[in-house]
Amino acid sequence: MPIDIDIAHVARLARLALSDAELEVYKSQLGDILDHAARVQSFEGEPQIDSAHPLGFVNAFREDETRPSLDRAEILAQAPASENGYFVVPPAMEEQ
Amino acid sequence: MSLTDLTIVEAGERLRSGEVSSVELLEAALDVASRTEAQLHAYLTIDREGARAAAEAADAGLAAGDDRGPLLGIPIALKDNMCTRGLETTAASQILAGYEPPYDATVVSKLREAGAVIVGKTNLDEFAMGSSTENSAYGPSFNPWDIGRVPGGSSGGSAAAVAAGSAYGALGSDTGGSIRQPASLTGIVGLKPTYGTVSRYGLIAFASSLDQIGPLSKSVTDAALTLEAIWGHDPLDATSYAGEYPDLMSDLDRGVDGMRIGVVAEMAGEGYEPAVEQAVAGIVEKLSDAGAEIVEVSLPTVDIALSAYYLVAPAEASANLARFDGIRYGLRADGVTTEDLMAKTRAEGFGPEVTRRILLGTYALSAGYYDAFYGQAQRVRVALREEYATAYGKVDVLVSPTSPTVAFPVGAKVDDPLSMYLTDICTNPLNLVGHPGISVPVALDHQNLPIGFQVMAPALGEAAMFRAAAEVERLARFTARPELAEVVT
Repeated sequence: MPIDIDIAHVARLARLALSDAELEVYKSQLGDILDHAARVQSFEGEPQIDSAHPLGFVNAFREDETRPSLDRAEILAQAPASENGYFVVPPAMEEQ
Repeated sequence: MSLTDLTIVEAGERLRSGEVSSVELLEAALDVASRTEAQLHAYLTIDREGARAAAEAADAGLAAGDDRGPLLGIPIALKDNMCTRGLETTAASQILAGYEPPYDATVVSKLREAGAVIVGKTNLDEFAMGSSTENSAYGPSFNPWDIGRVPGGSSGGSAAAVAAGSAYGALGSDTGGSIRQPASLTGIVGLKPTYGTVSRYGLIAFASSLDQIGPLSKSVTDAALTLEAIWGHDPLDATSYAGEYPDLMSDLDRGVDGMRIGVVAEMAGEGYEPAVEQAVAGIVEKLSDAGAEIVEVSLPTVDIALSAYYLVAPAEASANLARFDGIRYGLRADGVTTEDLMAKTRAEGFGPEVTRRILLGTYALSAGYYDAFYGQAQRVRVALREEYATAYGKVDVLVSPTSPTVAFPVGAKVDDPLSMYLTDICTNPLNLVGHPGISVPVALDHQNLPIGFQVMAPALGEAAMFRAAAEVERLARFTARPELAEVVT
C-alpha cells in the first residue's frame, strides 16, 4: 500500500523550493521507494541501537589546544557576497 | 603495448630503471585522454599544468635519490568529490560549479606527499548518488568497452579513466558500491576498505557512516599499494581508525591453500545474469582446486539490507547536504529572505536524484517517522553485523558477484529508480557493516562486457581479502583491454 506523504511539508523542512508539479512527481516516486524501504518496519531486531559508527567507535577527542584554522581571505573569496569579513545575506524576515 | 597499459608496479620499475620518465607516463595518459574524452567523458577537469609540474618534480626527485615509494611519478585521477585546493571541485553538481576548495582532502595531501601526479578530477553521479554516472549535472560518462553503455557509478569517471588508460590508477568513493560496481562494469580492480581506515576529511560527504574512499586500478597489487599510500589514522576525521593497520603485502602471493571461502547463498538467482553466475561459479571451482575449502553461507538479512540502505543513506545525505545553502560558497539564487534564498538555491542547484534522496531522508528523519524508518534501519545494520560475524566464525572470506549484471545501456534505468538501486544489492551490505570488499575482473560475457568477482572480509581483514583476491586474479587470467575507437578530430 503506497505511503501517503505530506510532500510540501517535507520540502519546506529540506529548504527546497519545488513547483507543485515537481512535488507531485516526487511524492509518487518517494511512495514507491518507501514501499520497498518500509520492509524494515516488520524487522524484529534488538531495541538497543549502539553507535552509528559501523565499528562501534565513540567520542574521538583531542587535546584542547588552539591551532590555526583555514585562511579567512581564501574562504571569503569563495563567498557569493561578502563585506568586511562577513557573509552578506538577505534579511531573515520580510520587512513589514 | 602502450605505456598506459602498464600497471603502477610495471610503470614504477621502468621509472627506476630509467627506461621511462614520469613526464612520459603523463604524456601517454594525456594522449589517451585527448583521443578518448569526447566519447568517454571520464574527466570534468584535467589539470595539465599542475600534473606536468608534479611529474617534473617526481623525475627530479628520483634523479636526486629521493624515492618516495610506489606512487612516485604515477599519474592518478581523483573523483571530483575530493577537495583539491585551488582546483575546481564540483561533486558533479551545479550547486558547486566553479567552487575551488581552500584545502586539500587528506587523501590528496597523502598522494602529493607520495609524489603521485594528479591528472585531474573525474566525473561521478551528482554527490555520489547513483550507480551509472548518469546523474552527473555535467553529462554522463561512458563505458570504454561499449560507449552505448554506462561505466557504472557513482565512480564511473574514475573507472572509465583507468580502463581506458587516461590514468594509471584512480581514487573513488564507495557508499553502497560506488567503487566496486563501476570497477566490475569496466573490467578493472576496485575496492572499498574497512570503514575508518581512509580519512574522509575533504571528501564531500554523502552518507557519513557509509562513505569510504578507495582505489581503482588495473591489478590487485596496484590496489594494495595505493591503499597503503592513502590509509592511516587522521586526527582531522573523528571516525578515523586509530589502532593497528593490517599488513597488506606479505600474504599477496600466498595462495588460498587452507583458506575457508564462503559463497553467499542470497547473492544469486533471480535478477542475476547467467553469464555472471557462471563466471563466478567457475572461479569458485578454481579456488577449490587451488586448495580452498568452499562453504555455502546464508546471510538472510542481506535481503532486507537494500531497504535499510535506502533509509540510512538518504537520511544521512539530507543532513550532509544541508550545508549547500548559497550562503558561503557555490551557487546562490536570488531570495527575498534567507530562507527563500536557500530554498531557491537548492532547488536550482540540485538534480532530481539528489532532490529525491534529500526528500526521502528528510521524511525518514522527521518527527513521528524517525524510529519507524531510520531507527529500524539501524537495527537491521546491527543484525547484519552479527550475521556476518557468525559467518566469519566459519570462513575467512566471503565471495559473490560484484554486480548482478554487466554494464547496462545508457538510459535503461534512469526512469526507474528502484531498478537502479537494485544494482547495488551485492555491494551495499558491506557499507552497512563497515567491512572491506574488492572487485576483481574475471571474465567477459558473450557481449564482450566485463564481469567482476567480489571478495569480502571482516573489518580490518584486508590481508585475507587481498590474499584471496590475488589468487582470483591469477586464476582468472583476465588480460583483456577495451578497444578504444579513435576519435577523428
